[in-house]
Amino acid sequence: MVYAFLIHTLRAPQAEDTGLCRVLYSCVFGAENSPDDPRPHGAERDRLLRKEQILAVARQVESMCRLQQQASGRPLTDLLPQSSDEPVPLHEAPQGAFRLAAGDPFQEPRTVVWLGVLSLGFVLVLDAHENLLLAEGTLRLLARLLFDHLRLLVPGSNLLLRADRIEGILARFLPHGQLLFLNDQFVQGLEKEFSAAYPR
Amino acid sequence: MFSAAAESLLRQARDIQAEELDKFCSRASQLLRKEDSGPDATQALRRLFLIVAATKYSRKLEEACVDLLQSTLLRPTSPEQLQLLCAAVLRERAPCDSLHLPWDHIQDTRQLSLVASVLLAQGDRAQVSRVGQRVFRVLESRQPEGPSLRPLLPVVSKVVSLAPGSLHEDQTNLLNRRLGDWLRYAGLQQGPAPSPGGFFSAPKARQPGPITEVDGALATDFFTVLSVGQRFTEDQWLNVQAFSMLRAWLWHGSPEGPGAPDTDDRSELEGSTLSVLSAAAGRPLPPQEQLRERAFEYCQRLLEQSTRRALRKGDADLQKACLVEAVLVLGVLCRQEPSFLYRALSGLKALHARLCADPAWVRALLPTAQFFLNHGEAAAVDAEAVCQHAFARIPSEFFHSPALAFEFVQFCRDNLPLFGRNLGILRRSFPNLFKLLAWNSPPLTAEVAALLPSLVDASTAAEMLHALLDLPCLTAALDLQLRASPAVSERPLWDASVRVPSCLEAFRDPQFQALFQHLLRAKASGTVDRSAPLHQLLQPLAGCARVRQCAEAVPTLLQAFFSAVGQFADGALAGQLARLLLERSDSLYPVPGYEAQVHRVLGSQFLALCQRHPSLVVELAKELLEFVGSGSGVRGGGHVLTSVVWAIGEYLAVSWDRRCTVDQINKFFEALEALLFEVTQSRPSATLPKCPPQLIATLMTTLTKLASRSQDLIPRVSLFLSKIRTLAQGPAAGSLGCREDAAAVGRRATELLNLLKMPSVAQFVLTPSAGLSEPGYHRDTNTALPLALRTVSRLVERGAGLLPG
Repeated sequence: MVYAFLIHTLRAPQAEDTGLCRVLYSCVFGAENSPDDPRPHGAERDRLLRKEQILAVARQVESMCRLQQQASGRPLTDLLPQSSDEPVPLHEAPQGAFRLAAGDPFQEPRTVVWLGVLSLGFVLVLDAHENLLLAEGTLRLLARLLFDHLRLLVPGSNLLLRADRIEGILARFLPHGQLLFLNDQFVQGLEKEFSAAYPR
Repeated sequence: MFSAAAESLLRQARDIQAEELDKFCSRASQLLRKEDSGPDATQALRRLFLIVAATKYSRKLEEACVDLLQSTLLRPTSPEQLQLLCAAVLRERAPCDSLHLPWDHIQDTRQLSLVASVLLAQGDRAQVSRVGQRVFRVLESRQPEGPSLRPLLPVVSKVVSLAPGSLHEDQTNLLNRRLGDWLRYAGLQQGPAPSPGGFFSAPKARQPGPITEVDGALATDFFTVLSVGQRFTEDQWLNVQAFSMLRAWLWHGSPEGPGAPDTDDRSELEGSTLSVLSAAAGRPLPPQEQLRERAFEYCQRLLEQSTRRALRKGDADLQKACLVEAVLVLGVLCRQEPSFLYRALSGLKALHARLCADPAWVRALLPTAQFFLNHGEAAAVDAEAVCQHAFARIPSEFFHSPALAFEFVQFCRDNLPLFGRNLGILRRSFPNLFKLLAWNSPPLTAEVAALLPSLVDASTAAEMLHALLDLPCLTAALDLQLRASPAVSERPLWDASVRVPSCLEAFRDPQFQALFQHLLRAKASGTVDRSAPLHQLLQPLAGCARVRQCAEAVPTLLQAFFSAVGQFADGALAGQLARLLLERSDSLYPVPGYEAQVHRVLGSQFLALCQRHPSLVVELAKELLEFVGSGSGVRGGGHVLTSVVWAIGEYLAVSWDRRCTVDQINKFFEALEALLFEVTQSRPSATLPKCPPQLIATLMTTLTKLASRSQDLIPRVSLFLSKIRTLAQGPAAGSLGCREDAAAVGRRATELLNLLKMPSVAQFVLTPSAGLSEPGYHRDTNTALPLALRTVSRLVERGAGLLPG
């Protein structure tokens, strides 16, 4: 199952280090049990830990994406948005996977699958030994849906104030972090349901 | 573009002050209280979500507001958007001590699922159990017209993964039965079209058609995730969800899974016998066995469906994912009930043959190989051939696919205990494994470093060291291989901005065929070829990004390699590696910054080798003399040379190796003296770069050490040291480095001179007996050499009055 889904900013590889990697949206599906810490810890500290863990993952993904872009010699313009008419170039988007050892930063060992589309990084944090093919497919699907239904290619749009739509998409396509084997027709059906509930 | 807009919004959300936030909460509460709040309430909640989510520190929200969020979530009449946002805000605040969500009266399963998402996020295992119990109460109530169960299955899956063992046996049995039914008996007719209504709509238009396969043919057997239709019925949806959660559910429910109570092997065998007998007698199986049987049939059907040619690309991708999942589920089933193995084997063998022949399906090859590794012995199938094929073919042909490279390395790591006899295959295939690493170094470095201890053994260690040092060279060669071969995909897999016609020519030149083939070999060859000519040929590629990334990964891998080898290396192997180390230290691929980094590691590892096997210095006397004399070691920070000189000083003594002769000591002395003369007297030039002061200090110390062992040399050393001291204090001290460095060199020279005035003390200090010295001798602050020298110096300088006699 998926432990967490997050969206963060990706800065272009050749740009100077202006600003930091920002997590734009994150959703943890069922938290890890609080660590067996003898010291009394409040809810605040646990929440702080969770946010820091997510940020750590986002930073790692950003650097992996940057390294991959540099290695494959993709030009800087790849991360800038195209016109809003063209479909999002998902099949050429950089993607990858890497492993997080136990304790670094999550208690359990986890696998991270990421996809970089036009200066946004989409990340799935999976339990170890998940079906990676399915995870990659789901991630591409989520990215496509988010770009389409949040109209992210239109200049001036953003996803920070659209949490309800993101939640609506996740509730249907990744309920409680369950990866679903959806063939094209099922996806269409769910999309219709979603569009009906959230008219553009 | 996203960053700038997002940045300012985030900042606003973070900077909002407490009073402003309270005002905002009151306004949001007002809007929520209104019955028909419409888009304003939604907008307010969106902002509230951002405010709570934007910062990692907890936000204090008004209690009234939080209560209203909770009640809105629980109210059945709230619109979906509001409910989602309320749940999102509450979840973002998790873990929250003051959560109060009485949800016993909720009938709507979608709402239940939302509330569950908030409760599961609290990180409290007891809470998770309670969620599970509540959900099961709904599952148990048999209401055919009741709310859809679709939203509840993912909750069950999550509960089981977070808190295994929280379900009672009868609950597990209930779900086993239901899952089995959903997997097997979903209808084969499409869902009804939403009726257009009206008087003139023909009844025929409303008839739903049959379900088809992915290639358009009519469905031949029961419904699965690879069945296609325009619209789907409820039970077909449940079929999809049931399969999606199947593997995790089976695994958690099995005796080896974390959730089940301990059962012994006998009952396992009984179970399988029972199921065979039951099936024969036509009686219904117990729930768990029934689910397994249905799961088995489902997987067999998926295997068959994966042979069809999908009409849509999305379905083709799903076919591959389904195939992988089916093989994984079969693996779990065969482990739980051995009788499945014999039924599955022929199908899987045929599958393996099919996958080997078709490169488009290579991702499914690894799970299949995994299956044979796990169950090969039980089924008397030789996993060796499968492993051979996997290790020989996959890395060479698919190193450029990051996902496959990652999965392959994971496969190696996860299956180490299972390889058994086949570990030799993995070990001999390390050159192929290194291809994956060379091309995809950032994500794979840590994994391969963890794998190295199992990969390296005495017969391959030397070859592996060469391979590691040449890893960036391998990256360049792989790049050329891709450029030179027909294109695999539309977009070039190599860096198209780097043009290297000369390298391509060299790659195609038959003169260099053997060199390239050796570098790109798939198996350990046992021979060690000189790759130096390749360094020249591939020099234009040395600056490209992928090569540089690989070069950055090499020092970590070298450390891992040496610490692994150190565990089992005997004197002979250590000698071989030390020789290799010296040889290669000036023969590295010229990636910018690579030499300096590698030298740092090689220097410290050479010392480590000598510490473990002190007689190495005497054994390698000839090579060390050559190395010192060549003068090439001063390049790149001189780390290797410094370590070599230090090792000579430490271990060239009779106490370490009886074969050490005075003659040897004298020879080394002369070579080191000549080197020291060269680096201190000459101006830095292109051929002899600036010498680091550590090297000078080490040379001086080593010469003193050697002199203390062969006391005829003391006058020569004293003379030299006083010259250096004069140089350090004089105006021409620039050749020794900056002012502080020159002063330090001068001080060290003085200390050594003072020490040599008392030859027996010098011998004691500088050549401690083996019993006295520990590996960390020169690092231990209590017995460190500089401290000893300084103490002795002070004693000597304060005059003879303080010394006895």
